[in-house]
Amino acid sequence: MNTSVSGTARLVVAGLRALLVLTVVCGVIYPLVVTGIAQAAFHDKANGSELKAGGRSVGSERLGQSYNLDAKDKDGNPLPDPKYFQPRPSAAGANTENTRYSLVVTGASNLAADSKVLLGNVEQRRADVAAFNGVRPSSVPVDALTASGSGVDPDISPAYARLQADRVAKANHLPAAEVRKLVDKHVDGRVLGFMGEERVNVLKLNIALRELAKG
Amino acid sequence: MSPVLSGVLQLTALVAALALVYRPLGDHMARVYSSEKHLRVEKWIYRSIGADPDAEMRWPAYLRGILAFSVAGVLFLYLLQRIQGVLPESLSLGFTAISPDQAFNTAASFVANTNWQSYSGEQAMGHAVQTLGLAVQNFVSAAVGMAVAVALVRGFARSRTGDLGNFWADLVRGTVRILLPISVIGALVLVACGAIQNFAGIHEIGQLTGGTQQVNGGAVASQEVIKELGTNGGGYFNANSAHPFENPNAFTNLFEIFLILVIPFALTRTFGKLVGNVKQGYAILATMGLIWLGFTALMMWTEFAHHGPALQAAGGAMEGKEQRFGIGGTAIFATSTTLTSTGAVDGFHSSLTGLGGGITLLGMMLGEIAPGGVGSGLYGMLVMAVIAVFIAGLMVGRTPEYLGKKIGTREIKLAACYILVTPTLVLGFTALSMALATPPDSILNSAENSVNGSGAHGFSEVLYAFTSGANNNGSAFGGLNANTQWYNTTIGLAMLLGRFVPMVFVLALAGSLAEQKPVPETAGTLRTEKPLFAGLLVGAILIITGLTYFPALALGPMAEGLS
Repeated sequence: MNTSVSGTARLVVAGLRALLVLTVVCGVIYPLVVTGIAQAAFHDKANGSELKAGGRSVGSERLGQSYNLDAKDKDGNPLPDPKYFQPRPSAAGANTENTRYSLVVTGASNLAADSKVLLGNVEQRRADVAAFNGVRPSSVPVDALTASGSGVDPDISPAYARLQADRVAKANHLPAAEVRKLVDKHVDGRVLGFMGEERVNVLKLNIALRELAKG
Repeated sequence: MSPVLSGVLQLTALVAALALVYRPLGDHMARVYSSEKHLRVEKWIYRSIGADPDAEMRWPAYLRGILAFSVAGVLFLYLLQRIQGVLPESLSLGFTAISPDQAFNTAASFVANTNWQSYSGEQAMGHAVQTLGLAVQNFVSAAVGMAVAVALVRGFARSRTGDLGNFWADLVRGTVRILLPISVIGALVLVACGAIQNFAGIHEIGQLTGGTQQVNGGAVASQEVIKELGTNGGGYFNANSAHPFENPNAFTNLFEIFLILVIPFALTRTFGKLVGNVKQGYAILATMGLIWLGFTALMMWTEFAHHGPALQAAGGAMEGKEQRFGIGGTAIFATSTTLTSTGAVDGFHSSLTGLGGGITLLGMMLGEIAPGGVGSGLYGMLVMAVIAVFIAGLMVGRTPEYLGKKIGTREIKLAACYILVTPTLVLGFTALSMALATPPDSILNSAENSVNGSGAHGFSEVLYAFTSGANNNGSAFGGLNANTQWYNTTIGLAMLLGRFVPMVFVLALAGSLAEQKPVPETAGTLRTEKPLFAGLLVGAILIITGLTYFPALALGPMAEGLS
């Protein structure tokens, strides 16, 4: 009995030593080497692809952000700013676990295809987007009606960007044709011509729009 | 180009890339596990452990090594999370200690190669836990899986000995010679495409309309690559591989799917090399490939057809999906992650169509063998092959043989025990959770929330959680609030038992096979390298899974899909 207990203890100690050694290799050396090379070779990307405009940081190219007015609707939700292109709906949760920070929290709605709540959300968004942009409800594309997976999707479909162009032009007192041209210039094709979907990066488009409105 | 064509082209490119590396990687892994030489760094590691890498182990010793190493892993990871609150802020990011039940769940999860997460990455875990704890287990739990697979293959390849190799050598070699080199290159590819890799704390970035938002930095790319390569799946961020910092564009999306699949598929080549007949490996590869392709095609079809009232109203199945990946890329990811033991997601499975959700569920229920987790996929498939050979033997009335070894009473008992473990865990825990009073409160898509009022989706959420846990997948139907004492504890147990109990049977089987003397091949021997056998194997897998889980699937996804 005693020998089996001490044998087991010896074995667990061997396991612990193996774990600690491999922790040094995979948990210290490996991430440090990768970080070192990444910071030297791809400094901006490794640090979050921040964009600057007018000399200050305006966000990360990879993260969606909101473009809202200070005013709120009757339910207390902020109203979208008509001067900007709007991103996809986001279902990212409120900051529930850590009140110390106002972190960008990511996530999806997790609502099922047969969920009444999701059906209601889709119908509401269709009506809202159509009214906000002054277009027919049937013309609103799917990405404007569904919440993204990350909740910080940086992109919208070219169709949703084009749908917003006239409203954005009017709010900024710009010729509609010019804003439409700006949208077309910001359509990113599929990677290598076939991977993924065509998309428009909302932040980059809005930065260019602001330049245009100022100029 | 239509989205459907784009999806098909992405699938074609993926298959081509996997085919290209199949032989070189498979042969490399065969050399790694049969080489006599030790690298200098490996010698240093063996000295620190105090292990003799050349000492042969019989199956009980091999198993004891695995268990000792894994117990140490659970304890270390548990403690690391419990002391997070007193670590310096540069290591903890200011996050507090994780609660005991959640810390147990997470420790069990990462050591069992599951990566089920009942926490939100960016809101709970600092640099120390993520990089020193979770990412390390991503490497070593994968290496343990490969070691067990190689031990089983040695059981087939060796005769008149009980020796299965040395666990410490297999563990260290798998980590140092296979996982680490691919990870370094893969992580840099991800960073080059826009994944982040830094040790910044929580910091502010601006917003275009004024004001700031806070984001956390982290060693994300280095963790992301091993999360996929080791078929682990635990994301740095809550949104997992849907998060742009983990998966920045459509190319990285396809690259990450490639990383998930590359080792499990290539291990069939390693298997063929080590048993001295690569055609045997091709038969296993064909079986895995056929199931994977069939599932992926079905998933693409149902997602493009966007069945379900809410998705019909929206005009497409984009809920929970990212614009840059689209439906095609997300569908390939979803089947690849659930047919392996990965569980990473680039789009959220709870919002898939009813049938799509069912496909992910069925993929895990097959036991994750097409192509399965690193190592666990191969040994799971070989156990199924033993069963298929046995069924064929019954049909023709001959003693079944596989790879020159008799499949006798002892072997078939061990194989049968192996395939009974996970269904028992899944169905038992699901039934308990539905029967007890409080656990159902955790369900988001419950009866009142559902269009048809059936509550079928709620049942699917619970069934999915235990299927995912016991099969060591780790993906979730996120609608379930799993951070309760009940689910943290029971899913934690399901993960540990679902990982290590089957390993006991696999290693016992390996030991039993290695002791046999080889039986000469005769005219009556079943040709297990032929398409006929691959077909038989696919049939055996589908029938066994179907019979086991059909009643549960009928109550969940099928009821949802048909209503």
